[in-house]
Amino acid sequence: MAMHDIRVTVNGTPHDAQVESRLLLVHLLRDQLRLTGTHIGCDTTHCGACTVLLDGQPVKSCTVLAVQADGRQVATVEGLEKDGKLHPIQEGFWEKHGLQCGYCTPGMMMTSCALLAKNKNPSEAEIREAISGNLCRCTGYVNIVKAVQFAAERLR
Amino acid sequence: MIPGPFDYHAPGTLPEALALLSKYGEDAKVLSGGQSLLPLLKLRLGQVGHLVDIGRIPGLEYVREDGGFLKIGGRTRESALEASEAVRARYPILLDTARVIADPVVRNMATVGGNLAHGDPGNDHPATMLALGAQVVAIGPKGERVIPIEKFFLGLFRTALRPDEVLTEIRVPAPPARSGGAYVKLERKVGDYATAGVAVQVTLDGKGAFERVGIGLTNLGPTPIKASEAEKSLVGKRPDAAAMAEASRLVAKASSPTADRRGAVDYKREMARVLTGRALKSAVERAGGR
Amino acid sequence: MQPKTSPEVGGMGHSMKRKEDPRFIRGKGNYVDDISLPGMLWMDIVRSPFAHAKIKKIDTEKALKVPGVLAVITGETLAKFNLHWMPTLMSDTQMVLPTEKVMYQAQEVAAVIATSRYAAADGVDAVEVEYEQLPVVVDPYKALEPNAPVLRTDKKDKKDNRIFHWEAGDRAGTEKAFAEADVKVKQDLYIPRIHVASIETCGCVADFDRVNGKLTVYMTTQAPHAIRTVFALVAGHVGLSEERIRIISPDIGGGFGGKVPVYPGYVIAVAASVVIGKPVKWIEDRMENLQADSFARDYHITAELAAKKDGTITALRMKTLADHGYTDAAANPSKFPAGLFSICTGSYDVKKAFVEVDGVYTNKPPGGIAYRCSFRVTEAVHAIERITDVLAQQLKMDPADLRMKNFIPKEKFPYKSALGWEYDSGDYPRALQLAMEKIGYQALRKEQAEKRARGELMGIGISSFTEIVGAGPSKTFDILGIKMFDSCELRVHPTGKAIARFGTKSQGQGHETTYAQIIAEELGIPASAVQVEEGDTDTAPYGLGTYASRSTPTAGAAGAMAARKVREKARKIAAYLLEVSEDDLVWETGKFSVKGAPSRSKTIQEIAFAAYTNHPQGMEAGLEAVDYYDPPNLTFPFGSYICVVDIDRGTGMVKIRRFVAVDDCGNIINPMIVDGQIHGGLTMGMAPALLEEISYDENGNVQGGSFMDYLLPTAMETPAWELGKTVTPSPHHPFGAKGVGESATVGAPPAIVNAVVDALAHLGVKHVDIPITPEKVWRILKEKGVAE
Repeated sequence: MAMHDIRVTVNGTPHDAQVESRLLLVHLLRDQLRLTGTHIGCDTTHCGACTVLLDGQPVKSCTVLAVQADGRQVATVEGLEKDGKLHPIQEGFWEKHGLQCGYCTPGMMMTSCALLAKNKNPSEAEIREAISGNLCRCTGYVNIVKAVQFAAERLR
Repeated sequence: MIPGPFDYHAPGTLPEALALLSKYGEDAKVLSGGQSLLPLLKLRLGQVGHLVDIGRIPGLEYVREDGGFLKIGGRTRESALEASEAVRARYPILLDTARVIADPVVRNMATVGGNLAHGDPGNDHPATMLALGAQVVAIGPKGERVIPIEKFFLGLFRTALRPDEVLTEIRVPAPPARSGGAYVKLERKVGDYATAGVAVQVTLDGKGAFERVGIGLTNLGPTPIKASEAEKSLVGKRPDAAAMAEASRLVAKASSPTADRRGAVDYKREMARVLTGRALKSAVERAGGR
Repeated sequence: MQPKTSPEVGGMGHSMKRKEDPRFIRGKGNYVDDISLPGMLWMDIVRSPFAHAKIKKIDTEKALKVPGVLAVITGETLAKFNLHWMPTLMSDTQMVLPTEKVMYQAQEVAAVIATSRYAAADGVDAVEVEYEQLPVVVDPYKALEPNAPVLRTDKKDKKDNRIFHWEAGDRAGTEKAFAEADVKVKQDLYIPRIHVASIETCGCVADFDRVNGKLTVYMTTQAPHAIRTVFALVAGHVGLSEERIRIISPDIGGGFGGKVPVYPGYVIAVAASVVIGKPVKWIEDRMENLQADSFARDYHITAELAAKKDGTITALRMKTLADHGYTDAAANPSKFPAGLFSICTGSYDVKKAFVEVDGVYTNKPPGGIAYRCSFRVTEAVHAIERITDVLAQQLKMDPADLRMKNFIPKEKFPYKSALGWEYDSGDYPRALQLAMEKIGYQALRKEQAEKRARGELMGIGISSFTEIVGAGPSKTFDILGIKMFDSCELRVHPTGKAIARFGTKSQGQGHETTYAQIIAEELGIPASAVQVEEGDTDTAPYGLGTYASRSTPTAGAAGAMAARKVREKARKIAAYLLEVSEDDLVWETGKFSVKGAPSRSKTIQEIAFAAYTNHPQGMEAGLEAVDYYDPPNLTFPFGSYICVVDIDRGTGMVKIRRFVAVDDCGNIINPMIVDGQIHGGLTMGMAPALLEEISYDENGNVQGGSFMDYLLPTAMETPAWELGKTVTPSPHHPFGAKGVGESATVGAPPAIVNAVVDALAHLGVKHVDIPITPEKVWRILKEKGVAE
């Protein structure tokens, strides 16, 4: 089967890779680029632990082929902190205890970032809807909502 | 979790895509949003030799009102449909539908065309498009053809699309005045397929009686279902309780669901009836009727 | 409770931000699948499609031709090293890989070792197995019938499918009480199988270093030391020796009890690494996880209460059939094959009680203890809280009144229950009262009456539970013989900072923060300056791990005791430095000062420095202590939960309108973390009540084996939980704390069921089994003629 030469820009840095057609984007990020902040939690596109931004939109990277990301921009959790300064969403999750085991957290934060880029003052209902594609087993979502509200306030 | 091996092509133009589809025939599949196809490949249910990704072809993502139709590019993302001004203002039934497809993150990749072309009676757009009386535009090596939606769904995972065609556009006729529609989906949780889903699109006449009724059903049979008998039963009648109840009963009759974890056959049939009542009520309200 | 220390010190009661978060929010957690070692190989597993079948042939020829595949391991391979079977934590036996037959669908049949993740998956696809199907037993009642096929043909002389019979209490006395009762109620309840489904699945990287003869296993485990000892015992005969086995439990993406057992995948990976001499990574995917490991519940219970006309409960009786799957691989303390089920007299002063549990084999995956159950307390509480409501309904008494009437009064603590537990402390009426106030109970009852008259269905359900956690005292608690103490090793550095290592292992509970807060409270060293470590068996003191809400009661206690030992040595050093006798010193957080001359003092930091630079002659240098804490008793957190539901008469959908949870876990280390545990626990209580179930058809095919049908709640299904607290300290715990991690998962389901039944009670409904699906409710409504 053919291999493909692709260039994917991740968190602003272009990466060249030679990949099988079937390589999932999440495996490119984790196994080849060693950006292990994006996690895998299921095999049926439900859990959202693998959520990254593809050209600014949250997508489940387990259900995107690496080749589909050729020439495009991917943003992962590793790119949130800039020059040693945490992104407000990271601050929010920390301040408000929006994480416990931390496994769903990168995906949650990426989805939340995209929400806040579109909606500067989301209501609780809007936040819950926006993160309804991201499963958490630890927090019961209450503090995740608070974390996003905290970040929204910081960003305004 | 890991798909079996396949070849991947990313043509830059539609003719290139069509050439690839012709070349590989049944061994090729179109990759649009990938949110139905890739999960199947990851579970190794269904082998495919070649994926033809239409994601690089320009001009396939749009929502515009033109010539009496709402025209939706085949590769339009569900999230774009949700965000479209035209849809929000004038096609609330489409907003209802887009909002309950999978979950918000999946909707950034999933496409309207893919939702129809996959031929899955569990997908949500088919019922809505049936209710709206939409048309599907397919382009193949011999050119463009327009397929009425009632003729589009042939069987389980089978549509009228030929292996060498690409679904490029969906056309929804702009509803006349005094029209309204709603899609009601019963799901166990966000992200689930429908236990039952009912789409209703109506137009009322000057006296407030039903002039046109479209009713489509999700996951209540081996294909998406057009509930013709129920539709006909309403034409000419006023939207009173008796008429709506009779139509709902006929929808249940038109349903042939299979039993699964979402429910037994009798439960699903009953839900078809209950949801029809709710969808009708909402459609009539939106049409300005009572 | 007001904290005694300043926020800078961060002792008990401070909602300090978690110390572990900086790495998680940056995506720099170190989970098992993040680990990559030079030369690492991948392992993937071939699984049986059948629930019960002989293995006729395993053909590996095609698989071995797949590029990247190096080897295929079968039961025959392992049998050469006598590793094809292993003991379970309940001293039963379990297959690692089968040589004769498989006994559950998705059972491990062979393992493929390859140079990449993708090649291993391709290899699995190419292994060809020929099976001869055998009759399947999935109904535990059928499994007990005289002509049922005997499943454990590997056990010589086994003629049936029984595993154990366990009982507690006074059978004859209870029978007499029932015979004399004014009122009796009886209810069958089935609590189906569910699955922890932590977002991270199970896996390991097994790394055998041939040169040094050392095995290191990075593993998703909640109990690394126990695993190490088990490996040494199981594989000692192939040369693995305990001092040369290192288990590292790095960051764990949720455990909930599902990462306690030793799964075959781990053992196969270890064997592969030992044989090949390279690191071997095995990470199961979600469907494997749901279908083959970590299940919980599967209890068929008949619950009975006897009572006086006025509602005073006089006796309780429960009979349970426990479906364990094909082997008893539950992770119970060894003397308790039914866990702590005998807590089922609950919060009530029940004078006579008798319970019995029978375990049975079926063709299903093994297990039973998981999903925040506190060792079967979820089952026990579900039963008592349900049967209490059944009694209330029978007596036409308000369920709150019935509970208040029967609660063990505060003055009776420590309370000896009829089934042998000594509850340490409790104030049940206060918690229920607070819950009722918070939810506006009387107003809701009024609203319900009005709605009922209009045909609208609304229900209010109460659960007043008593939990039992902190296993446990060495006289009664052990796992595979290892006593259930836990430990802390605390060392203070010259500059007054500290490192504390524990025998437990957090999977999100925040130990790096809460344990530091305990040390801060005892010694006045700021929590931010106390580094907490867990999970590496080469460095951490021996402990039994984190599950069943035991960490704060055992390891937390050990931390406090170790800190007090340090403080005692610090006192001696302070006395020396200040040239007074120890009795002349007064301790306040962070320093010793001279009685009557408070300006003459030494801070803990000054004392620490002196421990290395100026310690008294005859005393050892250094400032450290180890404590292995043997708890004198368990702890008994409790609470009252009230749930309000509205039912859609058309679809049967149940919507939780409000849920108030009042919890009492004694003295609280970090209120924010405790609340987080409750939020998560409530969500994992709601999920089994309304959404989750693993079931099997008559051929043993699993239903609910992927997230398509195993329904985890999203933020949309989850209500905005409302919390309250009361604080009733544990009299025997060093700082009065109890565990809390599982309280909400224990208490919530019956509150929800009670609410649904309450909504339908006027129609004559007495009980509904979980999960309460819309279809189940609709069927009831239809039968009662009130469906829309």
